[in-house]
Amino acid sequence: MSDIHPGQAGLPQPVKNQSDDRAYDANEGKRLFSQYNCAGCHFNGGGGIGPALMDAQWIYGENPENIYATIVEGRPNGMPSFRQKIPDNQVWELVAYVRSMSGQLRKDVAPTRNDNMNARRSEQRTERKTPLPTTPGRNQ
Amino acid sequence: METVGTNIFLLVGGGIQNSLNSSGPNAASLERLWWLMFWVCAAVFVFVMIALAFAIRNGTHKSDLNPVLNPSPQTERRKRNAVLSAVFATVVILFVFLIYSFSTGRALTADLSQKGGLSIDVTAYQWWWNVRYNDVDASNIFTTANEIHIPVGVPVTFNLRANDVIHSFWVPNLAGKKDLIPGKISTLWLQADKPGVYRGQCAEYCGLQHARMALWIVAEPQEQFNAWRQNQTQVSIPPATDAQRYGQQVFLKSTCVMCHAVNGTTAGSNIGPNLTHVGSRNTIAAATLSNTREHLLRWVADSQQFKPGNKMPANNLSDQDLQAVVDYLQSLK
Amino acid sequence: MNYGATQISDEELAAQMEREKEELERTWSPPRGLRGWFTDTDHKAIAIRYIVTAFVFFVLGGVEAALMRIQLARPDSHFLNPDQYNQIFTVHGTTMMFLFAVPIMTALGIYLVPLMIGARDVAFPRLNVYGYFVYLIGGILLYTGFLLNTGPDAGWFAYVPLSGPAYSPGKRVDIWAQMITFTEISALAGAVIIVGTVFKMRAPGMSLNRLPLFVWAQLVTSFMIIFAMPAVMLASSLLASDRLIDTHFFNPAEGGDAILYQHLFWFFGHPEVYIIFIPGLGFISSIVAAFARTKIFGYTAMVLSLISTGFIGFGLWVHHMFATPIPQMGQSFFTAASMIITIPTGVQIFCWIATLWTGKLNIKTPLLFIFGFFAIFIIGGLTGVMLASVPLDLQIHDTFFVVAHLHYVLIGGAVFPLFGAFYYWIPKWTGRMLSERAGRWNFALMFIGFNLVFFPMHQLGLNGMPRRVYTYLPESGWGTLNLIASIGAAILAVGVLVFVINFLWAWRAGALAGDNPWAADTLEWSISSPPPHYNFHNIPVVQGRYALWEMTLDAPVVRGLSTTKRETLVTSVLEAEPELRFDIPGPSIWPFLVALATGVTFIAGIFTPWAFLVGAILAGATLTGWFFADPNYDNEPARETPKTSHPIGPPVELRPKEV
Repeated sequence: MSDIHPGQAGLPQPVKNQSDDRAYDANEGKRLFSQYNCAGCHFNGGGGIGPALMDAQWIYGENPENIYATIVEGRPNGMPSFRQKIPDNQVWELVAYVRSMSGQLRKDVAPTRNDNMNARRSEQRTERKTPLPTTPGRNQ
Repeated sequence: METVGTNIFLLVGGGIQNSLNSSGPNAASLERLWWLMFWVCAAVFVFVMIALAFAIRNGTHKSDLNPVLNPSPQTERRKRNAVLSAVFATVVILFVFLIYSFSTGRALTADLSQKGGLSIDVTAYQWWWNVRYNDVDASNIFTTANEIHIPVGVPVTFNLRANDVIHSFWVPNLAGKKDLIPGKISTLWLQADKPGVYRGQCAEYCGLQHARMALWIVAEPQEQFNAWRQNQTQVSIPPATDAQRYGQQVFLKSTCVMCHAVNGTTAGSNIGPNLTHVGSRNTIAAATLSNTREHLLRWVADSQQFKPGNKMPANNLSDQDLQAVVDYLQSLK
Repeated sequence: MNYGATQISDEELAAQMEREKEELERTWSPPRGLRGWFTDTDHKAIAIRYIVTAFVFFVLGGVEAALMRIQLARPDSHFLNPDQYNQIFTVHGTTMMFLFAVPIMTALGIYLVPLMIGARDVAFPRLNVYGYFVYLIGGILLYTGFLLNTGPDAGWFAYVPLSGPAYSPGKRVDIWAQMITFTEISALAGAVIIVGTVFKMRAPGMSLNRLPLFVWAQLVTSFMIIFAMPAVMLASSLLASDRLIDTHFFNPAEGGDAILYQHLFWFFGHPEVYIIFIPGLGFISSIVAAFARTKIFGYTAMVLSLISTGFIGFGLWVHHMFATPIPQMGQSFFTAASMIITIPTGVQIFCWIATLWTGKLNIKTPLLFIFGFFAIFIIGGLTGVMLASVPLDLQIHDTFFVVAHLHYVLIGGAVFPLFGAFYYWIPKWTGRMLSERAGRWNFALMFIGFNLVFFPMHQLGLNGMPRRVYTYLPESGWGTLNLIASIGAAILAVGVLVFVINFLWAWRAGALAGDNPWAADTLEWSISSPPPHYNFHNIPVVQGRYALWEMTLDAPVVRGLSTTKRETLVTSVLEAEPELRFDIPGPSIWPFLVALATGVTFIAGIFTPWAFLVGAILAGATLTGWFFADPNYDNEPARETPKTSHPIGPPVELRPKEV
């Protein structure tokens, strides 16, 4: 994981995301991912304008607190900051969902197929990928 | 508007959400069918109960209780005739019901394309109603939420869709209900013959807040309707006072803008109800709270208190910001 | 064995009969202790377990109803939050429909059908054991989920897309879907058993046109179960598949259809209510005959009514879907069918009233409950005719009017006859009479309480109150009627409590019942109360429709069945002529083990599809054990033997016992 990070000095404190254990929260995260148009850059997890979220590569870290920081603070190269735009509880739901896209959540918590066109396997049936650090721009 | 939300419902016989208080031809024919069936069925019930009472009275005057194994042929014949007559009467009554029911049903689904009049698209979301008025002239198309105005005496065709789960569009004073099913389009027509407010409610279990998913249909004379419609096609009124301007800023830089659209500003999200003219609506929260300042403050601050589980999150606004945003919303007439 | 006209003294005959009975009791008794409980195949023991378990679920369902009524007693109540309320109304409906109503009706059939037709056991005793344990596992599954806040919350019917993967996250609906599987397997087992028993194990002389109406009702119900249950198993399996392995059966965006689920579910769902209701019709015929002291008028019409209700019941299902955008022409057909089904039920009601009219009424608690049935069910049937009309249904569908209707037909048509059946047959099952005085209180409280709860709901529905709402606004004006309904619920609950107290008291201190306290006509009243394990020492030869009333003093009996191994008589389908001396399987642990394997398969199937592979292996292994353990069948053909010269069998009492 890169040592360079935006926002306040110091690494984010490790945090246990309660939403990681709740199927309802992960499902809400899935709904919000589509409704807040995260898919606009990250598409259905395969990336495009933004990095892929369903692969094993994590630029800023795969832990909940890193993803939270990504959403709230924004990141260089185009990830906007959603501070004040998305309430905290919803950010944690999104964090849980993002992690589920690479199979990090338990099988009974991860969302299953949505009721729309399905672009890929559901998160529940995605096999768990071991997270690897990478640098921005790689694989894009 | 303060008292509009209270005391607007009435008890038996009156009421704005009451299938026995029909205010349009659709609901009126259903009410007629109801009363026919009710009185006939009540008579049948009374008749059968009297027969049963006589049977009991007749039977309890016997002294010994040895089983009757060989009843007389005469008694058997009388019983057979009685049963056959009852069956015959049942068949006749059912036939009458059937015919009346068919003819009522046919009238209700008369060819909708000939109805003309107004065409409105309603899309049900968990747990509110998205309303879009259609028109051949695209500049007359507009979107609102939860409150539908219609002109008196004009048939209105609804094209009903569901965004997520199955809901049901039901305004008992005006018409029967129609389910809104994802992947399908339902149609319903209705007409109001008297001006007034008619409340509808979702009638298919759709999740946590099915109980608080209602809508208003406001029937008004044609001129009033035209004025209302004209207003709805306009973009939002720009804020006039400082408080409202500040409120608009708060709106655009906090969570509101992620879900709500206000035409004429940069807020364009259609996840939640369109708020362009929210100040002119009679109710908020899908017709379950009257549109007063106090209710707006409570709703915007934490809608989860009143409607737990609904898709609008609690907002962490300072009191000053909250007052300003509500000022702004109330100005959006 | 004593064939022919050989001379033997009365004392020697009596001693021989006693010896045979002791041998039979030894042969047919289950093993003792805990092992006995798991291996016992006695249909009476299994039926009692079903009845007790189903009654416990009835009480639990009632508690859920009470919670709902407390919440709805006042507008804007905070007694329950919406999530709790939604779970509670779902579990209430699911419990009552799947865990109480169908099992208890099947259970009364399993207990009484062999006795009424003169058989020593059911056709498939081990399948019976299996059915019970599968049912128990399903019920435990549902309530474990419920008590862990993972109870299903999508309604007892679980419409998609609400119950689908996108809008019901977590395992709540999966628990519901798999519980369906358990209860349906159990119901199918019971149905198959009853059909086999009724067709092939009747006593000689009981041709089909002499079958008691109770048995006809159970037979029709069993056929309905066999045709209806697969539809719901399909619906719930497709739903589970959509949720677990990403199929798209109900996903409109990928070619599926949400209405398909409704069709599949209601194709089962409508026959389901007749499956619950028709056994009640059987209870009524039994009780009316016994308490009006006369034959039921119009036997042929009654039988044909039962059968036609069963048939027509499969042609009504779309009346649950009148508000959906399916073509109106098709809907009209279902209006007609829904009205036509009134006719056979009407025939039955008129025939019963005619029977009562010319009978001699012995007004006891069972008959009181039947009177309650008439009053309540007829209202329910009439509101049903209203709902059958498509246009009117569009106003009252999915409102409290339907809640009122369904409870009037189900409680009036099934629960009241069921309580009548309890008062009628508990003396047979336990050997003790229930208190008549407490019975009258029971009836009165239930009748008054029930009407107070549900009659106002008709008005509420017409006044615009939809179903499945956890609260309502004060301005709606619905508060008063809701409060009345909630008070009625308390009275109804007290009524049920009176029954429970009555039963517990009677079990220890009730008057001894004797063989035939009601001087009734069917064969179960010719044996002791409670019956011996072997049911009939000598299977009677039936001489008429009302077996005990038409039995002559020198009525023949069946002799020659073994007393040292479990044997019963298999007869032909139409005329009940003896065909085989049939070896009945005895106690076995394998049904319980197969039930466990089934349980593991489907419960694990909530979490992973691999469970079905593992489960198939487990089930295969345990089923192999089951069939390996088959007794050494050497079914010998049965021959008719000459009548003995001595009358055998207890004299028939014609006077009812004073209670």
